[in-house]
Amino acid sequence: MLQKRLSLVKSLNFRIILFAFAFIFGVVFSIPSLTQSESGKKITLGLDLQGGLHMLLGVKSEIAIESRIKSMAASVKYLFDDAEIIFDSLRILDGGKVTFELLDSDDVERAKTLLKKELEGIVLEENGLVFTVSMTPEEVTRTTQNAILQAVDTIRNRLNEFGLAEPIVAKQGEDKILVEVPGIKTQEDEQRIRELIARAAHLQLMAVDEERNARVNTMSNDEAKSFGDVILSDVASPEKYLLRAIPVLDGSMLTDAKVGFDENNQPVINFTLNGQGARIFGDFTAVSVGKRMAVVLDNKVYSAPNINERIGGGRVQISGSFTIAEAHDLAIALRSGALLAPVYVMEKRSVGPSLGADSIKASSIALASGLGLVVLFMIFYYGMAGMIANIALIVNLFLILATMSLVGATLTLPGMAGIVLIVGMAVDANVIINERIRELLREGKSIAKSIEDGYDNAFTAIWDANVTTLIAALMLYVYGTGAIKGFAITMTIGILASMLTAIVGTHGIYQWLLPRMDKKKTLFWFGMRNEGAH
Amino acid sequence: MELFKYTKPMSLMSKSKRFGLLSLTVFALALVVLFTKGLNYGIDFAGGTLIQVKYETKAPINEVREALKANKEFESASVTFFGSDEEIVIRSKVSSGALGVDVGDTVRGLLQDTGTFEVRRVDMVGAAVGSELREQGLLAMVLSLLGILIYVSIRFEWRFALASILALVHDATITMGLIAFFEFEVNLDILAAILTLLGYSINDTIIVFDRIREGINTVKDSRLETIIDESVTRTLSRTTLTSMTTFLVILTLYLFGGEIIHGFSFTLLVGVIIGTYSSIFVASPILMWLGFSASNYREKEAAKLKREKEKEKMRAMYESGTL
Repeated sequence: MLQKRLSLVKSLNFRIILFAFAFIFGVVFSIPSLTQSESGKKITLGLDLQGGLHMLLGVKSEIAIESRIKSMAASVKYLFDDAEIIFDSLRILDGGKVTFELLDSDDVERAKTLLKKELEGIVLEENGLVFTVSMTPEEVTRTTQNAILQAVDTIRNRLNEFGLAEPIVAKQGEDKILVEVPGIKTQEDEQRIRELIARAAHLQLMAVDEERNARVNTMSNDEAKSFGDVILSDVASPEKYLLRAIPVLDGSMLTDAKVGFDENNQPVINFTLNGQGARIFGDFTAVSVGKRMAVVLDNKVYSAPNINERIGGGRVQISGSFTIAEAHDLAIALRSGALLAPVYVMEKRSVGPSLGADSIKASSIALASGLGLVVLFMIFYYGMAGMIANIALIVNLFLILATMSLVGATLTLPGMAGIVLIVGMAVDANVIINERIRELLREGKSIAKSIEDGYDNAFTAIWDANVTTLIAALMLYVYGTGAIKGFAITMTIGILASMLTAIVGTHGIYQWLLPRMDKKKTLFWFGMRNEGAH
Repeated sequence: MELFKYTKPMSLMSKSKRFGLLSLTVFALALVVLFTKGLNYGIDFAGGTLIQVKYETKAPINEVREALKANKEFESASVTFFGSDEEIVIRSKVSSGALGVDVGDTVRGLLQDTGTFEVRRVDMVGAAVGSELREQGLLAMVLSLLGILIYVSIRFEWRFALASILALVHDATITMGLIAFFEFEVNLDILAAILTLLGYSINDTIIVFDRIREGINTVKDSRLETIIDESVTRTLSRTTLTSMTTFLVILTLYLFGGEIIHGFSFTLLVGVIIGTYSSIFVASPILMWLGFSASNYREKEAAKLKREKEKEKMRAMYESGTL
């Protein structure tokens, strides 16, 4: 007895030690995921399992270019007014050009240097005293790219401020934005989140064209355009306003926005302008006493109060008939800045938490029963050899969990299916090996020789077969999206882990148990009667 | 326990013509189904909207259909039970890009008088994304085939590679034909299943081919037919057992995994059977028909060995300074 135990210690080999380490590693690092403990790295559940909102957004970057041109026009006006250059017919033409005419030919050189110094990426063309300003192609590309990156940042800020757990906002491909928000509990929350993301939050302060506003109800858009005006409607009533198309200033000069209450205890949003904005605002109100100024948000007029005196300090209020929640979300949107370009939904998947829980339950049942069937079958067919394969299989599952936890991979529903599938495929290596060992035993080889040659003979087949399967899994990973990527990840990790457990691990166990193996008991060890021994 | 005990090689390749004819017929039938009936693309690839609704009691499917008619977008929507009596799925070809207006909300409004329910899933895929996903899916499939082709050519020989790829095309086509025939909705998960099936089937074929490669060197007879028969017979127990374990787990997935992965598990279920069949009865005979000659292969291998030996000899001579 002692002799036997000693030989077992002696037959400890590097394979079984490696396997033991893999086992410990697998168990230790899968504990946080299995117990759902607070500390430690855990597997992230995909949105299809924990519920949540997945969206792929497109960016209407042409709008960013339009508004860049508009702000270029506003800059021209501001710069010339500031430098006391007299000009006329400042207008935005179709095809993204700003045109104006200088009235004094002595100003030409000064105007050209001023524009070239203050505005970046423009092409300036002159025809007598008539000038056109347009964007260089590089500037167009830059603006487009910028609009996408800015949208990513802005949406991320908004979601973070909303107080959600770990939202993902990332640029995907050339011009798309991926938004993933896990753990949304109610439909109302989802609605609010969607509106928060979609909100352009484009704030403009615009002068009312008091000379022509009386005719606004009969005026066409084209006619308004010919005066350099634009017709916008009120947010709550059907009333229309005729406004100067080039805004006095916009939301880019805003520093803060907070929810407050007016004298009627209605929620309002108070916002503060930065130094430049406050100065422009002060100057404008000083020369516009008696006229109206419209507060315009996303092309809707929220209010158009009369200017009674010059307003300094740069504090402005937006009132409308908001609920508190609306005002809160709007303040977040204003603070995080306007989207340079509006976004639209290209793909949206939202899964309720109860469906996710059902999916976890269903796939867990499938995994447990699949595993049970395979384990029983292997013992039934191969005896101890089957048991050894089962140990490798269990360790394999722990390894998949541990690796996924450590690299922070996401477990999706197809990923769960992948694990179930791996259970079926991982024992394949052991089936191949065991069949080879049986063949050699039948030929009358010794157990030790059969095991060693069996592993040798089986190796190339297992290796080549697994590499080709890996090629398919890798392609799925590279070209798959979302949940399918999750499937490719579990498959890849599972195949790699099975090479370690099913080839190295079981080999180690055989070598360790070799002193105990008896050629007369091949039924117990390998599930076969051995006629070859006779 | 032993199901297959190797005693003597089964005579399989002598019947290869019959199996080839069977495969060709099924393959042709699958193509006919694919071209006449076509694949039923789901929203992932065709774009559209899918809404899964669960009622507290049996879903009033007719009332739902009536209620949906009130909205133009859902006029031609299809409503079907999903997995159980309480759950239904509404499918519509329409997709809207506006973030504020949500189809989930629209449907909730339309159905409000039909009972107590919960909207559990809303998927909306725009047409642009759909066609992009389809292109990527096709690319993934072609690239995996190419990758496998290159790897097998390097590890074996080009005829082995070609035979295994033809077997894969056979498997994928027949499986897709069945998907089309049973009108399963083709979404991303079906694509994943088909790619997995390619991985599984090539795995199976490689195991058989590896044995044939071994047989070329060990079997005395140099006729390929004999070598294949011997090798296939020797791997038959492994092939059957592995297919069985894989089949078992997929069956549990099909039975207990829930409605969402039904199409996925169905694809794999038939895929495993076809993949196993093809590695024995399609890939191996093709190898034979491609004119693979065991004696040539042996000669080539011997020549290769000789070249390497000579190289080594030269190097040894060079190192010892005699050259």
